[in-house]
Amino acid sequence: MPMDGPEIEQRIQTAFPDAKVVIVDLAGDGDHWAARVTSEAFRGKSRVQQHKLVYAAIGTELGGDLHALALQTFLPAD
Amino acid sequence: MSTSAMSTSDRIAKIIADTPVVLFMKGVPAAPQCGFSAGVVKVLDALGVPYEGINVLADPFLREGIKEFSDWPTIPQLYVKGEFVGGCDIVREMYESGELQTLVAPASAG
Repeated sequence: MPMDGPEIEQRIQTAFPDAKVVIVDLAGDGDHWAARVTSEAFRGKSRVQQHKLVYAAIGTELGGDLHALALQTFLPAD
Repeated sequence: MSTSAMSTSDRIAKIIADTPVVLFMKGVPAAPQCGFSAGVVKVLDALGVPYEGINVLADPFLREGIKEFSDWPTIPQLYVKGEFVGGCDIVREMYESGELQTLVAPASAG
């Protein structure tokens, strides 16, 4: 059972309470998602570290039940 | 020691040490079997640098081992000069910003 968009959004939001999260269903099939996450938690971290934080928040489904998540991480604009 | 006698993590360490630009991917560069792998192949071809594509679908140990080695849940994974760069999203972002071109440029002597 693929993970749905609101579930992905909620897991990210729980891990990063300050985050602005935008989720898009890329293919319209409920299995290929794009997420844009903006949070202070990313400050001072490399892109790889930022993405790892989000992957950790989503959990082990990524690469399994959740086939595809295109991810972009941002710092809040000053 | 033959490569078959090495542990998967030792094999991966050797591959990334021996190959300046190496992509762990699904399929081969001429025929990627996943859109994300195809995306990175496209970027690398556009850069025009020599690289090696390693088909993880041909080796289940490598397929799981590389995720653990990099602490990264998905494939493709790009390594440049022994360092993990990222997956498709990061590679694309770095290509668009010009960072990837700098990264793969031949290291100057010293």
